[in-house]
Amino acid sequence: MRTLIYLFIGILFGITMFKSEAASWFRIYEMFRFESFHMYGIIGSTVILGILMVQSIKHFNIPSFYGEPIVFTPKAKSVSRYLFGGIIFGLGWALAGACPGPMFTLIGAGFAPIIVVILASIFGTFLYGLVKDKLPH
Amino acid sequence: MTLILDPWPWYISGPMIALVLFLLLMVGKSFGMSSNLRTLCSICGAGNTSGFFKFDWKSQRWNLVVVLGAIIGGYIGSHFLSTGLAVAIHPDTIENLNTLGFKSAGTSYLPSELFDNAVFTDMKGLLILSIGGLFVGFGARYAGGCTSGHAISGLSNLQWPSLIAVIGFFAGGLTMVHLIFPFIF
Repeated sequence: MRTLIYLFIGILFGITMFKSEAASWFRIYEMFRFESFHMYGIIGSTVILGILMVQSIKHFNIPSFYGEPIVFTPKAKSVSRYLFGGIIFGLGWALAGACPGPMFTLIGAGFAPIIVVILASIFGTFLYGLVKDKLPH
Repeated sequence: MTLILDPWPWYISGPMIALVLFLLLMVGKSFGMSSNLRTLCSICGAGNTSGFFKFDWKSQRWNLVVVLGAIIGGYIGSHFLSTGLAVAIHPDTIENLNTLGFKSAGTSYLPSELFDNAVFTDMKGLLILSIGGLFVGFGARYAGGCTSGHAISGLSNLQWPSLIAVIGFFAGGLTMVHLIFPFIF
């Protein structure tokens, strides 16, 4: 039953990624050229609603659908890993035009070459695991 | 019905993503897509090479189901919920892309130069997709999250680290598009 709920949420997410065009390479390129409000509107409105949602859940101690407390794990304090990791991610995001959610949506939409991006991103994750102890965090 | 079949404007799309975040929180989970890449590494046996991949990946199966849903959602979105696939980017963006050699700008969903099956025999195209993917995977894990984990989940939880990561995402993206693209295309 819970698996079906996750599947439903994923489908909702996939449809939204496709229909919002956030999965389009063109929209990412346009965003980084500041030539449209579209992507900023999407991210901005999501974050504003997200902040209201998360802060309400915390403030009113709203439990999950199953009656369990909702736990938020704070991110570990650091600058270097977020900045360096973020920059590397951004370079790839602009080049491939897809981040880790939309890239899966694009398989479903029938763009076979996105498989190359996905395999490379799995390999990139693997490489990080290999060299992680040598990097500043 | 045209409301659904046309591309969704930002003020529909943003709240829909917020709904996805809300549903995940309410079933006791968190919104973060790139951690699935780590799970996939573990499933493929990467735990033998690095302790980073030695974890109970079965506890992350729920997120792989979300990924499966995202794939199905892409199929539904493109096959049943769209009349045309052209992405109406700004005319200036189209003009700029045309000068870079992207002839499909403004007429397709993805640039045909990179995402048509012909790319499988095009060394340059394959390199671009591979390096892009490699950086996305490496950077997301180094930063501990991607657009969903940091820009959406993290910022919604008012996390400073996520703001730093998002600034990094944009620093990297702007560098790629404005400083590196002229050398590639």
